[in-house]
Amino acid sequence: MIDFAMPSLGADMDAGTLVEWFIKPGDAVRRGDIIALVETQKGAIEIEVFQDGRLGDIKVGPGERVPVGTVLATILEPGETVPSPAAETPPSAVEEAAPPAPLSPRPPMPQLEAERAVPAAAPGEAAATRPRITPAARRQAAEKGIDLATVSPGAEGVIGLAEIAAVAAIKPAPAGETRARRPGIDLGEMRKAIAAAMSRSHRDIPHYWVSQTIDLTALFAWLEAENAKRSTAERLLYAAPLIKAVALALKERPELNGHYGEAGFVPAERVHLGIATALRGGGLVAPALHDADSIGLEELMTRLADLIPRARAGRLRSSELSDASATFSNLGEGTSEAIMPLIYPPQVAIVGCGAATLRPFVVGGKVEARRLLTVTVAGDHRVSDGRRASQFLARLDALLQKPEAL
Amino acid sequence: MSTAQERVHLSHEHALRLLREMLRIRRFEEKAAELYSAGKIRGFLHLYIGEEANAVGVMQALTEEDAVVATYREHGHALARGLPMGEVMAEMFGKVNGSSRGRGGSMHIFSAPRRFYGGNAIVGGGLPLAVGLALADRMLGRSCVTACFFGEGAAAEGEFHEAMNLAALWRLPVLFVCENNFYAMGTALAESESNLDIAAHAGVYGVPAEVVDGMDVVAVEAAARRAAHAVRQGEGPRFLEARTYRFRAHSMFDPDLYRDKAEVEAWKERGPILKFHDWALGSGLIHESGVEALEKEIAREVEAAVAFAEGGAWEPVEDLTRYVSTGDEAAA
Amino acid sequence: MSEMRRITYREAVREALREALSRDERVFLMGEDVGAYGGAYACSLGLLEEFGPERIRNTPLAESGFVGAGIGAAMNGMRPIVEIMTINFSLLALDQIVNNAATIRHMSGGQFSVPLVIRMATGAGRQLAAQHSHSFECWFAHIPGIRVVAPALVADARGMLPAALADPDPVVIMEHATLYNVEGEVPADGELAVDLDRAAIRREGTDATIVTYSANVMKALAAAEALAGEAIDCEVIDLRSLRPIDDATILASVRKTHRAVVVDEGWRSVGIAAEISARIQEQAFFDLDAPVERVCSVEVPIPYPSHLEQAAIPQPETIAAAVRRTLRR
Repeated sequence: MIDFAMPSLGADMDAGTLVEWFIKPGDAVRRGDIIALVETQKGAIEIEVFQDGRLGDIKVGPGERVPVGTVLATILEPGETVPSPAAETPPSAVEEAAPPAPLSPRPPMPQLEAERAVPAAAPGEAAATRPRITPAARRQAAEKGIDLATVSPGAEGVIGLAEIAAVAAIKPAPAGETRARRPGIDLGEMRKAIAAAMSRSHRDIPHYWVSQTIDLTALFAWLEAENAKRSTAERLLYAAPLIKAVALALKERPELNGHYGEAGFVPAERVHLGIATALRGGGLVAPALHDADSIGLEELMTRLADLIPRARAGRLRSSELSDASATFSNLGEGTSEAIMPLIYPPQVAIVGCGAATLRPFVVGGKVEARRLLTVTVAGDHRVSDGRRASQFLARLDALLQKPEAL
Repeated sequence: MSTAQERVHLSHEHALRLLREMLRIRRFEEKAAELYSAGKIRGFLHLYIGEEANAVGVMQALTEEDAVVATYREHGHALARGLPMGEVMAEMFGKVNGSSRGRGGSMHIFSAPRRFYGGNAIVGGGLPLAVGLALADRMLGRSCVTACFFGEGAAAEGEFHEAMNLAALWRLPVLFVCENNFYAMGTALAESESNLDIAAHAGVYGVPAEVVDGMDVVAVEAAARRAAHAVRQGEGPRFLEARTYRFRAHSMFDPDLYRDKAEVEAWKERGPILKFHDWALGSGLIHESGVEALEKEIAREVEAAVAFAEGGAWEPVEDLTRYVSTGDEAAA
Repeated sequence: MSEMRRITYREAVREALREALSRDERVFLMGEDVGAYGGAYACSLGLLEEFGPERIRNTPLAESGFVGAGIGAAMNGMRPIVEIMTINFSLLALDQIVNNAATIRHMSGGQFSVPLVIRMATGAGRQLAAQHSHSFECWFAHIPGIRVVAPALVADARGMLPAALADPDPVVIMEHATLYNVEGEVPADGELAVDLDRAAIRREGTDATIVTYSANVMKALAAAEALAGEAIDCEVIDLRSLRPIDDATILASVRKTHRAVVVDEGWRSVGIAAEISARIQEQAFFDLDAPVERVCSVEVPIPYPSHLEQAAIPQPETIAAAVRRTLRR
């Protein structure tokens, strides 16, 4: 018994519709006879048989569309008998049949180099915020151990070989030293960068602000006791427990800790708190304090003591400039009570603190003079709502009431 | 390969030879159609069935030194020119043991030993090549003929006219053979030519032309011998228009909507094999027993060709970029 | 080094033709008006008298026909040199060049080679308007199976023809029509054939690499001279071969200078300059100190009036401006 299959009449034919059988089961066929008509994309084509014999079962009836290679009927060779009708396969079985095997054996096709997929282009958002550094400059900076974040861009805002050469000329890196000192901060350029970032923030981010005044009396009492036990160098500033508490509270509110990009909001897995640092002579930079939620207060102090002077000297690492998942802005010393900050894009929240001052506060039904801190959260309304910020502030308050646990 | 005689000598052996050559092409192509339907052969497959008398008749007039340029419907020409059937089949399978290492397929069969300059898939594209081959033969002092086959569709191409003019202008030894099967793919002659007399196209360039019944192998051979003889004598190009018919569609994926079935059937009754077989039997040149033996012999040859193709190797993909420039051939 | 002598580009082509015809009986020249007229650009002037009409073969105006005949003759033992009057007429022969000359070796599984040389005049700059000012070098350079060269210097006009004839595969020689009257030096004697595979550095420099070919080599050199006055030191590379392209020479230079300007008289879109630029960024991205600049023809059919024509094609000034951009100056 021979299978009579839907023929392949061209590389562009993958299926055909049986239109008509010209013969019926039992009829004799001869090699070359036209026995069926098949409709293709190009029109109806008469299909010939390549064997002598008799038509056995018809498996595909008129009107059925089947893939190339599907058995349309069987051809009985001379001497074979027609199977009994009971054994016939119902036509509907064709539809359930597994797809036919590939038509021809193909040689193995190892993927050629030229056919390898090309990686997709970087998203426009990333390109826009990326510093303009030429490939040659990147490589040379790496070779000379120059931190690109310490290099001032040249003409057209580009860091090229000339800019790397200027840095290298001021302080040629001795063997083994990995970082070179930058000649100074170009405050004009920095102001441009702040202008661009804050304009974008104000334009693109729908801000909301939620404030709460927190009583720091307990914290200050604890700090005083702690610092009494420490040498001058080891003393804790109130900013340390404050930063730690902010970081811990952020960790519990992922809607406030992360980045909003082209693909929408992506929460950050870790809390790298940008510490807004005012520069002498103007300007602002907010380098990331990595994993601020999971380091001890002593470590936090050590890191701040390293980070802030470097920020002011313009010697930050590029990761410190790009990694922050939220920003902490503290007016610190002074008399301003509150700050309404703008979010630093692509972050989604900033926590701003006014000065911790003695102010009247109600404690146990009585007005008392307490050391108070007004904390304001600016949130991105595309990602979170005021309720989340309110929960964050409540949690922050609770954390700050138990400083010994920080 | 036959000798360069001006006339046909229709001996018993020669009659059997003509029948054999036509039957070889027919049976080979029937098998090819089957293998195409089974997916063994891919690409375009243009069958010559019905037109066998032309290639077989013309080849009788050529010597081993002569050159042949053919079209994309060239299995018949390749076989009649003496290419081994297995190599032609393997080429259609795309195997390394094919006549062009499988790089060309059905439309691009080449053979340097047979001076077979290929199937050309650009209609009319082979004509200027034939002019150049003949030019070189003339400049090198050889007395060869270049036989150039093309269809009537090519007569509408500019290259046909440029080649005809050049060959006539330079009196080059080209035998132009137009196989007029009346349809350029699906376009009937009357829809593509202002002058239906293709031979007359050659006449305007001063190329002597003859019209011959392309369904009659003896008539084709006789006309080809006369024309080739004249070419060989240095009389410049000659033109044959063989009026013929393909029994099958243009290619495998062609519903044949443009021809009347009755027309096809009428031509089949004049089929070149049928006609010659009956005539030769009737005239006692051949015998039925001889024909039966011939069929068996050819069936075995076709079977062996398929086995040869099946047994051939695929070219390793690492060799993909070879055969582009001289010197990049595979090491093996 | 042997003594040098000064001849024109045209004389160099003619001298190379004469030498080829004298050295090898299989060589013949074929094309429109190559005979009594002496060639549209007078490259074959006098050769008919010397070699006769069989070998200085005038053809009818039938580009596809005589290019195809050249292919057939090359396949059958001859070494034809086919002259196509200008590159615009070569479009009528593209079928033969692309579908036959470039493919037959491959389609025949290596059985037949096509040792054919095709010469054609190219380029703008002579107020010949839109149909006679083309730079279609990239069309030919796109095709595997043919070699494409563009002699810029007189020595290359002299030396590329014998090298092309020695190649067993089809070679297209692009002769910029503005160069025929240019004088230059060629060695006085000895073997003059040149290496077709390699680009040449026509001026060494350290600040930027200008990559170009054909007549624009001279414009690039002029730009480099002007920039030298601004303390910008340019390297100028003459590609010479457009297929294959000598990546090694280009990349070595860009790795040194870190800046590249590609100059091409073809239109900017999808052309040779795009190709060179892509190769540089693929293979020397981390060496670049600026985006690769392209100086190409403006996307307009070449106009007839001189001021518009000159504005449409690369000039030393536009090349110099591109070099300055790579230096952010």
